[in-house]
Order: sequence, then C-alpha cells, then structure tokens
Amino acid sequence: MNSLFEYLLRLGDDSLIIGHRLSEWCGHGPILEEDIAMTNLSLDFIGQATSIYKYAGEVEDKGRSADDLAFLRFDREYKNLILLEQPNGDFGMTMMKQFLFDSYRKPLFERLIHSSDDMIAAIAAKSLKETKYHLKHSSEWIIRLGDGTEESRNRVQDSLDTLWRYTSELFFEDSVDEELKSSGIVPSMDGIKKDWSSYVGEILNRATLTIPINNWEQEGGRKGMHSEHLGYILTELQYMQRAYPGMEW
Amino acid sequence: MTNKEWPLWEVFIRSKQGLSHKHVGSLRAADAEMAIENARDVYTRRSEGISIWVTESNNMFASNPNEADSLYEPSDSKIYRHPTFYEVPDGIEHM
Amino acid sequence: MKEQNISILEQRFQEKIDNDIKIEPRDWMPDNYRQTLIRQISQHAHSEIVGMLPEGNWITRAPNLRRKAVLLAKVQDEAGHGLYLYSATETLGADREELIDDLHSGVAKYSSIFNYPTVTWADMGVIGWLVDGAAIMNQVPLCRCSYGPYARAMVRVCKEESFHQRQGFEIMTNLMKGTSEQKAMAQDAFNRFWWPSLMMFGPSDADSKHTEQSVKWKIKRHTNDELRQMFVDATIPQAELIGLTIPDKDLKWNEERGHYDFGEINWDEFWQVVKGNGPCNKDRVDTRRRAKEEGMWVIEAANAYAEKIKVRKAS
Repeated sequence: MNSLFEYLLRLGDDSLIIGHRLSEWCGHGPILEEDIAMTNLSLDFIGQATSIYKYAGEVEDKGRSADDLAFLRFDREYKNLILLEQPNGDFGMTMMKQFLFDSYRKPLFERLIHSSDDMIAAIAAKSLKETKYHLKHSSEWIIRLGDGTEESRNRVQDSLDTLWRYTSELFFEDSVDEELKSSGIVPSMDGIKKDWSSYVGEILNRATLTIPINNWEQEGGRKGMHSEHLGYILTELQYMQRAYPGMEW
Repeated sequence: MTNKEWPLWEVFIRSKQGLSHKHVGSLRAADAEMAIENARDVYTRRSEGISIWVTESNNMFASNPNEADSLYEPSDSKIYRHPTFYEVPDGIEHM
Repeated sequence: MKEQNISILEQRFQEKIDNDIKIEPRDWMPDNYRQTLIRQISQHAHSEIVGMLPEGNWITRAPNLRRKAVLLAKVQDEAGHGLYLYSATETLGADREELIDDLHSGVAKYSSIFNYPTVTWADMGVIGWLVDGAAIMNQVPLCRCSYGPYARAMVRVCKEESFHQRQGFEIMTNLMKGTSEQKAMAQDAFNRFWWPSLMMFGPSDADSKHTEQSVKWKIKRHTNDELRQMFVDATIPQAELIGLTIPDKDLKWNEERGHYDFGEINWDEFWQVVKGNGPCNKDRVDTRRRAKEEGMWVIEAANAYAEKIKVRKAS
C-alpha cells in the first residue's frame, strides 16, 4: 500500500464529504447571511478536496484525475471520518459537527505546514488560513447557541451528545501514519489531540455545554468502514458519472 | 409568524490600502462580531476588500436633505477657497 | 395649501428625474414612487432567493468538482443579490422579514420561471444561459434607474452576473460537443426553457399596467416587449452557433424590422404560473417558508446571547 496516497485520500475525503454536506444547506439556511456563510465554507472544502485529490492522483501515478478520485471510487474506498458523513440535522447539529472538526483541522494544518513533503506543506498553508476562519465562525456559533435561549441550549447539547461518539476517530492512527511520521511528512496525533481537547473544552465551557461521558466510540471511516449515511451521499455525488460514464461536462 | 429580527447594520469596506472605507450596503446580524463576518461573506466574495467597518444602522445620523440649501449652497459662493480663483503669472511653475 | 405644496414637491421631484439626478433615501418622494419601488425591488429580491432552489437542486449531483464549485458559487451569488436588493428596500422604510413573509403567504410575486422543475443537468446550462441572460437584459438598464440604492445594487449584481451566463453557456457548449445523449439532453432542456424564458419579461406592453408611470419615473427604462425582442435577437445566434434548434416554427429574421419575428407566447400558461399553478410554485414557497420557520430558534438564540453580552458588559 502507498501510505502517502492513502493519507491524501483521508485528508481529501474529509474535505469532500464535509463540503458536500455543507452544500446541502445552500438555499435552506436559517437566514440569508448564514446561507451565504455556509456556502463559503463549502466552497473552501471543495477547493481543498480538488487540490488534495490532484496531488493524490500524481502520487498514485495511475493516471487518475481529481474527479476520478472524487467521483469514481466505491463505498469502502472512501476514507473520511464517520463524523463528517452524519446528516446535517438542524443548524445547531451542523455547527457542532463543524466545530468539532474545525478544532481538529486547525492544529493539524498548523503542523502539516512544516511537512517534509512540499506539496502537503503548501496545501496546508492555504487550508490553514481558511480553517482559522471556519473555526472562529463555528466556535462563535456554538457559544451563541449554547448560551442563547433554553431551546437553543437543549438543541445544541443534544447535538453534542449525538456527535461526541465520533470524535475519538479524529485522532485515529495506524501504520500509514507511522510510516509517514518517520519521514517527517505528517505530525503525531498526540499534540493535536491535546490542542483539540483544551480548545474544545474551553469553548464548550463558555457555551455552558456539558461534555458527555460513556459514549461508545465509533471508528472505521479511516479504514473504509462507514455508517449507512455515506452510501446515500455517494448515490447523489456519483449519479452523473455513473449514469453517463466517461463523458465531459 | 412574529418576526424576531436581528438589527440592521451598515457596512463600509476599504477596497485597498490607502483608500478610505466606502459604504457598500447593509445586512442583518445579532452582534458586531457576526456583522463583520457576515459582511466578509456577503460583500467580499470577490476580493473587494481588506478591511471592514460595521455600525448598527440606528446609530447613523444623517443630515436632512430638506436643509441642503442652507447646509451646502453657501459654500458654492466661496470660490476664493479654490486655487483656480487666483491668477498665476506665466513662467511660474510648481505653485 | 397642503395639496398645492405636494404638487410643487412632485413637480420638483419629476424635474430631478428628468435631469437624471438620482433620488436618495431621505429625499422627498411621492408615496406611489416609494410603494412601486418597494414592490418592484422586493419582487426582484424574492426572485433571486426562490431562484436559488431550482439550481440548488443539482448542487449535490454536479458532474465534477469544477462544476460543483461553480454552481455553488453561482447559487450563493443569488443569495447575495437577494440580500443587496432587500437592503435597498430597507432604505425605503420596508422591513425585510415582512417582505419575506409576504412571499411565504403568497401575497408577493416572484419571477415565474423558477416554478419550472430542473430535471436534468442540462437545465443548469440552460438556466445560466437563458434565465440569467434574460435577467441581465432586464437589469443592465436598471443600473441607471432613478433610485440611488437600487441603481447601485444593480451595478453590483450585473458585475457579478456576467459569469453566471457564461458558465451556463459553457455547460451547453460542452453538451453540444458531447455524445448524442448529451446533445439530446441539451436540446430537451432548451425546448422546455425557451418559452418560459421569453415569458420572464412579463406581459406584453398592451397588458402591462405599470409600465407607463415606471418609465416616466425611470425605474423601468424599457418596455417588456422591447426587452423581449432584444433578448431574442441576442440569443438566436448563440443557439445556432452551438447547433441547437429553436422550438418556434414561426421564428424568422425580418429584414425590414432588423429583428427576429417570433411566435405567439402562451399567455394562458404564463398567467396560470403567476397565479400559483405552475409545476413547482407550492414546493418553492413551502421550501422557503420551512427554512425560515426551522431557523427561527437560531435567530432567537443569537438575539438572546447578544442581549446577555450587553447586560454583562454593563454590569
């Protein structure tokens, strides 16, 4: 197995799948301003996915384009976090998912900009700028909703309770990471997890929310074992490419 | 449905370093932080700005257009405030 | 005496307009001018917002990453345009959420074109090309309309929309260069959207009740039929260039007029769709209403939090 290729798929699929979920909001946001904001997030993620897949295709060296990788793999070949494929739910659920993910992505990219792989470092540098804004946006919303009305607090606490079980997977590591760590391409998850925990704790505290305990932790996405939701995402995502194979659009 | 709206904010954007902020429009936001972010998302999607000011619309005070005669026309007659009022002899440069 | 004052004010107002001096929010204006503008601008804003839905329908199914990003950006622009326009109505003393509630209750109208379903990917092409093309035809003259905030909003909108039409035409061009399936998809979409696009310019001048006063006030600079003719003249060569057949047996170049003659529009269909009987009227309005209702708790929470912060800062 080509570890670098595998790692890039994990990185790219995260961006693609969360970008896809965010794009489902377009036209349905709670207010126009936020509709526009969520589409900006989505566009950033689609852009990230495009550059990561492009590089993954080059690394794999089998002539696959970014689109081939995005649209023409089967369910078990997608390596995104299970967290990201979860349905949008209400706006609070979407922002909670975003917040938990952004809080992980920022320390990750802060380290990846020092990657010994120049291309990864460059992608991380661009993505980091975007991620900082995403995190600011989602953190502020978590605080507003948590410390807003009784209804909003209940809703967003429920979302946290639902999504928390998917957060251990953020720090998943296997032989792919081990190999790339040894050559200085990717960082260790230890520091990222520490940063994540302290930041998430601080914001949830300000939002007057309680971190749930005793949740059974869900993992598998990194190895291609997903929840039932991914299949439906792919059904829409791949519809055109599957129905009209090999055509230019 | 009862409307619980967010306040209206006026948005001013500096398009590049060295230029002043210019009014571009308005939007709704619950607080100043959100107003800045919404302004960023709504009014700078095509790199139109590098700095944003927002202020709640109800904090804006405007001159009364009905008083325009008395406010602005008196200065029209003070042409001696403009350099073109003065004659400069031929041969004089840089003045 | 009072009536006399008003007639003097109206006369001065009309003089300003005749001299191409823009009207600004706090200037005196006839009540009718204000109401007509609020109606016209809010209808335009509603059209942008409802117009997000037929294209939004294909965002998750866009055929590749580039198309997905472009479509997202375009639909997002429409939200932005709606917002600029609602902003302009607020300078006239209207309230955005009240206007939106009028849309949701069916009182307010929006462009009838958005009540047609988008059933294939080619519809994304044809909407960008024809629907945005028709919109641009309508909007460019409005950049010079007499009301300052509206004119400025339209300048911004027109600048941004030029990419919308191009991306649509690019989709159509690619389809027409593609396989027989793709060509058929493009022709089918064109057949379905051609006539509704012509209807976008509104009823013919003979049946249009607002035109005369609006032209005098310069909040409308061309009549519906003039704009429709301009659109047909501009679009036919584009369709022919990429090999599409125009679904109108009466269409022909009229040398004498220097314009294309085209067939009779089905006005019964137009009025049915305007009255709410189009294929998607109910879906579109229900979707927008649901978005607002389901988001209300978010609006309330943000207000409540902002209040708390104010109190905390004060103490």
